[in-house]
Amino acid sequence: MTSDDRDPVLSALGGLATVAPAGLGERVFAGWLRAPSRLGEVYVAFTGDGVQFVRPAAAVHDDPTAFAAAYRRRFARPLRSADRAPAGLLPALRGRPAGTLRLDLGALTEFERGVLAATRRIPAGETRPYAWVAREAGRPRAVRAAAGVLARNPVPLLVPCHRVVRADGRVGDYMFGPEQKEQLLRGEHAELDLLAGYARRGVHFLGSDSTGIVCYPTCHNARRISAAHRREFRTVAGAVAAGYRPCHTCRPVSA
Amino acid sequence: MDMPAEQLPTALVVDLDTGFVELVREYENLVYSVARRLSRRAEDAEDLAADTFLRAFRALSGYDAARIHQLRLRPWLLTILRNTARNAARDAGRRPDPPPSFEPVEEPATGPSVEELVVAGQTGREWDALLRRLPERQRLAVLLRHVEGLPTAEVAQVLGCPEGTAKSHISRGLQTLRALLTTTPTAEETVR
Repeated sequence: MTSDDRDPVLSALGGLATVAPAGLGERVFAGWLRAPSRLGEVYVAFTGDGVQFVRPAAAVHDDPTAFAAAYRRRFARPLRSADRAPAGLLPALRGRPAGTLRLDLGALTEFERGVLAATRRIPAGETRPYAWVAREAGRPRAVRAAAGVLARNPVPLLVPCHRVVRADGRVGDYMFGPEQKEQLLRGEHAELDLLAGYARRGVHFLGSDSTGIVCYPTCHNARRISAAHRREFRTVAGAVAAGYRPCHTCRPVSA
Repeated sequence: MDMPAEQLPTALVVDLDTGFVELVREYENLVYSVARRLSRRAEDAEDLAADTFLRAFRALSGYDAARIHQLRLRPWLLTILRNTARNAARDAGRRPDPPPSFEPVEEPATGPSVEELVVAGQTGREWDALLRRLPERQRLAVLLRHVEGLPTAEVAQVLGCPEGTAKSHISRGLQTLRALLTTTPTAEETVR
């Protein structure tokens, strides 16, 4: 059976072959590029839905092949180099978050997405304890699980997991080492020494006796309290018992 | 820029991701074209083609160099396409009917004649409707051999049968098509 140009059926069948639409590659591949960031040079992978994966070049031996292998283990998808960064990525990597930046967290569970969404809301220069993240993600008792999710954060910097710290005043672990975490926090003017000083004295919350509101010490509302009106609390419950209401901005929760 | 197909396995072994860029470049038209004939809607064809490549990539990432060198990539990819299409069809069968994929066009009182179909080069839905009336193996055999021009040995590999059996699927499929075409089809028969 060979194809025969004089056979109208065969030549009609031959005419049915078609070509792939231009967008097919985008459905198959995620794009990658290398960009400067607050963690030094990073590799970034993204799909049409948003950024999926960020790793410092140093963490993958400065080797795009090692980055692709790490990405593949996690996302089971091929990468190809991209020449354009998604909207908002480059400023966000340098510490200027843009509303246009989209993240593709579709490969994660609902709890993981909840943890990352809560963490993403922590403003620069502020910190929250792990218990806060767990509560915000809807599972107040899953504090260790929330810490585990942050330790595997696919998009560090873009979801600022470095702003989640221990309740005892220490910065705690970070996927790229505690020194990096401290450096990032100091770079955005988080008052780590003050926070540690409070924690040593068992103080985890600050209230204003003029507004009657209690906050985390790094909340911008707490930072405006003058020394004369500042009241110190060990627990939120203690503050509530003293007639204070938890801040609607930082939504404090006892560890 | 383009890499000869015989160098693809080596490229995949050296660097899976960059090799895969070459693989998609080499086979995307073929995979999409077959997917298009197996799908009612262009969007479904794109899903099917993308899914096929992703499954192929996942398989390749678990293969060692020797296994990749043994692969005959073209029929291997089309086998993945066939299995993916079957799974999609099975899953769709478990769900309620999807809404109509396009508005029905106004049908002429009589359908196109054989001459019109064949000579005027009717390419989309009428031929698909005819092909869809073939059993799955015959339809795929005819598609691969006569739409895509694959050698019968590769058709046999995709169908998972001996070459002689593949040949008979091809010729019986063509016979049925010719028989369908000799009776002037009505609109009812040619659409869907």
